[in-house]
Amino acid sequence: MGIELLRHPFVIFLVGALLVAVTRGNLRKALLLLTPVIGGINILGLEAGTTVEFAFLDYTLIPLRVDRLSLLFGYLFHLAALIGNIFALHLRDEDNARVQHTAALLYAGSALGAVFAGDMITLFVFWELLALTSVFLIWARKTERSIKAGFRYLVIHVLSGVILLAGTLLRAHQVGSLEFGDIGLDGSLAGWLILLAFGIKAAFPLLHNWLTDAYPEGTATGTVFLSAFTTKVAVYALARSYAGTEILIYVGAVMTCFPIFYAVIENDLRRVLGYSMINQIGFMVCGIGIGTALAVNGAVAHAFSDVIFKGLLFMCMGSVLHMTGRMNGSDLGGLYKSMPITTVLCIVGAASISAFPLFSGFVSKSMVMAAVLQEGHVWVWPALLFASAGVFHHAGIKIPYFTFFAHDAGIRTTEPPGNMLVAMFIGAGLCITIGSRPSLLYGILPYVTDYTPYDVTHVLTQTQLLWFGALAFIGLQKTGIYPPELRSVNIDAEWTYRWMAPRLVRGIGGAVARVDSAVRGAVIGTVQRVMHSATRSHGPHGILARTWPTGSMVLWVAVLLAAYLVFYF
Amino acid sequence: MSAHLPILQVLVPLLAAPLCATVRNGRAAWAVAVVASWTSLWIAIQLLALVLADGTISYELGGWAAPWGIEYRIDTVNAFVLLIVSMMAAVITPYALRSIERELEASSVALFYAAFMLCLTGLLGITATGDVFNVFVFLEISSLSAYALIAMGQDRKALTAAYQYLIMGSVGATFIVIGIGMMYVMTGTLNMADLSVLLPQVSSTRTIAVAFAFLTVGISLKLALFPLHLWLPNAYTYAPSTVTAFIASTATKVAVYMLLRFFFTVFGPAFSFDVMQLDRVLLPLALVAIFSMSLVAIFQTNIKRMMAYSSVAQIGYMILGISMASVTGLTAGILHMFNHAMMKGALFMALGCVMYRIGSVHIDSMRGLGKRMPWTMAAFVIGGLSLIGIPLTVGFVSKWYLIQGALEKGWWPVAVLVLLTSLMAVLYIGRVVEAAYFHDFPGDDEHDLGEAPLAMLVPTWALILANLYFGIDASLTSGVAGSAARSLLGLGP
Repeated sequence: MGIELLRHPFVIFLVGALLVAVTRGNLRKALLLLTPVIGGINILGLEAGTTVEFAFLDYTLIPLRVDRLSLLFGYLFHLAALIGNIFALHLRDEDNARVQHTAALLYAGSALGAVFAGDMITLFVFWELLALTSVFLIWARKTERSIKAGFRYLVIHVLSGVILLAGTLLRAHQVGSLEFGDIGLDGSLAGWLILLAFGIKAAFPLLHNWLTDAYPEGTATGTVFLSAFTTKVAVYALARSYAGTEILIYVGAVMTCFPIFYAVIENDLRRVLGYSMINQIGFMVCGIGIGTALAVNGAVAHAFSDVIFKGLLFMCMGSVLHMTGRMNGSDLGGLYKSMPITTVLCIVGAASISAFPLFSGFVSKSMVMAAVLQEGHVWVWPALLFASAGVFHHAGIKIPYFTFFAHDAGIRTTEPPGNMLVAMFIGAGLCITIGSRPSLLYGILPYVTDYTPYDVTHVLTQTQLLWFGALAFIGLQKTGIYPPELRSVNIDAEWTYRWMAPRLVRGIGGAVARVDSAVRGAVIGTVQRVMHSATRSHGPHGILARTWPTGSMVLWVAVLLAAYLVFYF
Repeated sequence: MSAHLPILQVLVPLLAAPLCATVRNGRAAWAVAVVASWTSLWIAIQLLALVLADGTISYELGGWAAPWGIEYRIDTVNAFVLLIVSMMAAVITPYALRSIERELEASSVALFYAAFMLCLTGLLGITATGDVFNVFVFLEISSLSAYALIAMGQDRKALTAAYQYLIMGSVGATFIVIGIGMMYVMTGTLNMADLSVLLPQVSSTRTIAVAFAFLTVGISLKLALFPLHLWLPNAYTYAPSTVTAFIASTATKVAVYMLLRFFFTVFGPAFSFDVMQLDRVLLPLALVAIFSMSLVAIFQTNIKRMMAYSSVAQIGYMILGISMASVTGLTAGILHMFNHAMMKGALFMALGCVMYRIGSVHIDSMRGLGKRMPWTMAAFVIGGLSLIGIPLTVGFVSKWYLIQGALEKGWWPVAVLVLLTSLMAVLYIGRVVEAAYFHDFPGDDEHDLGEAPLAMLVPTWALILANLYFGIDASLTSGVAGSAARSLLGLGP
C-alpha cells in the first residue's frame, strides 16, 4: 500500500506545494512547472482498475481508485494546473507569490484527490480542502472586498461539506458502505443531502451566488485556477453518483438559461464569465441528467473543453486586468491596438465557448444536444438552443467586443508578460486541436463512442445560429436599428445595452431576481430574528452566560434534587 | 513489582506532594513533579497493557481480603481513564515550568506543585479504587487541592471563583457521601463488586431510590452537567493557564468515569436505565448543554471562558453517548473522554502560550497573533478543527461514533443536533481565527513579541500531533473504548 500511495496524484502536488512554500526565485519557478509535469507522467502510468484500500473504523477507505472517468478528469486537472502555473509564473513577492503558488498547487492537488477518491470520507476531506486552499487565491488580492467575498465563499463551501458529511453518515448507516459510486435519488434523505452538497459546488440555481460573488474578486491569476477545479469536481461527482437522475435535466436547462439575463446587465467582465460558467455547467448537468452513454460522454467532454476555453478567457481577462488594472466593460475598449495577440487569443476562446465548428466547444456541446434530441426532450432542446445563442451573445461577442474594440477608452499598454502569452497560446492551441481533431478527446471518454460531430445537421444548425447572430450584429452596427424579429439573438451594440436591456431583459431578469431576493430575504430575516433572541439569552450578559451568585447555584442543586426525587418516586 | 502497580499508581504522586512542599525551591519541586507524573504515565501504560492481556486486576490493600479491606480494581474502563489522567499530567508538567514562573509568585511555586501532585493523586485514586468510600476520600483530596490551584490565579476574581467551586464541590461531595451512606445502611458493604451483588435484593426500597437521586445530582455537579455547571466557567477562566489545561482535561473526565462506575457497575445498567430511567434525565440535559452552551460560547470575548463553555457542551456529548446505554453510544462517550482531553488540553495550552506572551486571552488582544505567534496559533487552529470534528482529527472519530449511536437508536433529531452544534463550534473557533489572522496587531510594532518558549510549545504540539495521530489511526482508542463499553454493559470484553 505504501508505495502505491506515493503515486497518488495528491501526494505529488502536496510535496510540490511544500517545496514551493520554502523556495524562491528560479528554483520555485522550476518546481511550479515540474510538479504538474511529473504528476502528468505519473498519471499516464496509472492503469484503470488500480485501487488502494485500508480499513478505518468498521469501513473500508479507498484513497485511490483509478478508472476511465477519474483518469479523464485527472488528465484535465494536470493540464489545467500546468497552464495556470505558467500563467502565474511572473508573480512577485508583493503579489503574495508564495501564498498564491502554494495555495494553487494544494488546490489542484485537492481536486485530484477528490477525483481519485473511492469512498465518501476521502471525498469529504478533499471537498473541504478544495474550499480551504482555494480561498487563499481570493484573499491574496488583499482588498477589503476580496477578503469579505472570500469569507462568504468559505462559509458556503464548508457548509456544503458538512451537508455532504451528513448525507454520508446517513448513507453509511443505511447501506453499510462508504463507497463513492452510483447513489441516485431513491427517496432517501441521504440521497437528497448528498445531491444538495454536490449542487452547491456545481452552482445549481439559487445556490450559485458564491461563484459570481467570489470569482471576480480573485487575483488576476488565481481566478484562472478557481475556474478550473471547484465546479468541475462537482460535475465529476454528479456524473459518478447521479447519472440518469431526471431532475438534473431540468436543473441543467434552467442553469443554461437564467445566467444569460444576468450576464447581459453585468459590467464586470470576469463576472460575465462567471455567469457564462454557470451556463456551461448547465449543459453538463443536463447531460448527466439524461444519463445515456452519449449524454454522459458529452457532459464530461464538455467539462474538459470548458476548463480549457473558460481558462483561456479568464486568462485573457486576467492579462487585461494585470496590464490595465480595469475590469469593467464601460472602462475598457480599443485594446486591440496595443494588445493584438491577446485579442486574437481571446477571439479563439470566444469562438470555442460559442461552439463554432472547428473549435472545442462545438465537438463537446453537440454531443449533449444530440443526446437531448435522441431521448426526446423536446422542451429542453429549444432551451439549450436559446442558451447557446445567449452564450454567443455575452461570451462570444460581448467579452472581446467591449474589451478590445467598441469605443477607444484611450488606454495605451503593451502585451502581457511572456509567460502569460505562452499559457494563453497553449490554451488556444488546445481549443483548436480538440475542435479539429475531436477523436483525441473522444478516445479518453468513459464510454466508447462512435459519435461524429461533423455531420450536416449539426454543422448547419450551429452555423445558422451563429451566422444569424453575427449578421444581426453587423446589421445593427451599420444601421443602429434594433430588429425585433431577431430578439432571441440579443445583440449588444452600445445603445441596446443601455436602452433595450432595461425593457426586455430586466423585465425577465428582474422577475427572476425578485423571486431570488424574496426567498433569500425571508431566510435572512428568520435567521436574524433567531439570532436576536439567541443574543438576548446567550449573549455576554444573557441569562445563560452570567456569573451567578453562589446562593442561586445551590438553589439549582436543590431544584434538581427535588426533581429527581419526584421523578424516581 | 508489577503486582503492586495499582497502588503505586496512586502512591507515587501522593509521596511526591510532600516532597514538593518540603524542597521549597520551585525548579526542584518541578523536577519532582515531572518525574512523578512520568512514572505515573509509565505505570498507567503497564496497567492498561496488563488488563488488555490478562483481564481485570484486583489488588487488596494491606492484604485485607475484599469485602472488608479496601480493594483496588483495574479493568479496561478505569485503566483507560488512568491513562488519560496520567498522560495529561505527563504532558502538562513540563509545560508548567515557564507558564507557572510567569503567572505565580516565586514563593508559591513549590506549593503549587505540591497541590498539583495532590490533585493528580486524588484523580488517579478515584479512578483506581474499587471501594465507594475510598472514592469519596480521593474526591475530597482532588477537590480541595483543585480549589487551592484555582485560587492561585493572577486575577482577584480567581478567589471568588475558587470559593464558588468550593461551595458547589462540597455540596456535590456531600450528596455523594449521603448516597454512599444510604447504600451502606441497606447493604452493609462499601466494596463496589460486593454492592453490585447485594443491591438487587434491596433495589425496590425507597432508600436506594433516594441514594440513587443523591448520587445522580452529586456526580452531575462534579461533571458540570447543565444546569449544575455554573461553577465551571469562572473556575476555568481565572485559574492559572496550566491548572485550566489540567483540570479541564482530567477532572470532569474522572467525574464522568464515576458516573459510569456507579450507574453501570454498582447499580447495573438494568436498574439504572430500565427501572430508574436515568436516560430520561440525562438525555434532555445533555442536549440542552450541547446546544445552549455552544451558543453561549459563540458570544464570549474571553477565549478561556469561551473554551470553558465549550467544555460544558462537550461534556454534554459524553453524557449523550452514555445516555444511549448501547455499545456504540457508550463507546462514543468513553472515546470522547479521551479525545476531548486531548483537544481541550491542547487548546488551553495554546491559550496559556498566548497568556505567557501578551498577558491576556481577550479576543481583541489576540488580533494579528497569527503572524506574531505562528506556532501557537497554528496549534490553536488544529485543536479547534479537532473540536469541530474535521476528519483526520480525533474530534471526527468521536462524532462519528456518536452519530452512528444516535442513528442506531433512531434518534434522528439528535444526530442532526450533533452536526448542527459542530457548525456552532466552527463559529466560535472561527471568531478567534478571524481575529488572529485577519486583523492587524493593535499595539506598536516596536514592542518585542516573539513565540512562546519552546518548553511550552513542544508539549502543546505533542498533544496536537496526538490529536492527528489518534484521528487517523483510531484502532487503539476505539478498540479500548469499545471493550470498556461492552464490559460496562456486562457483555464480556
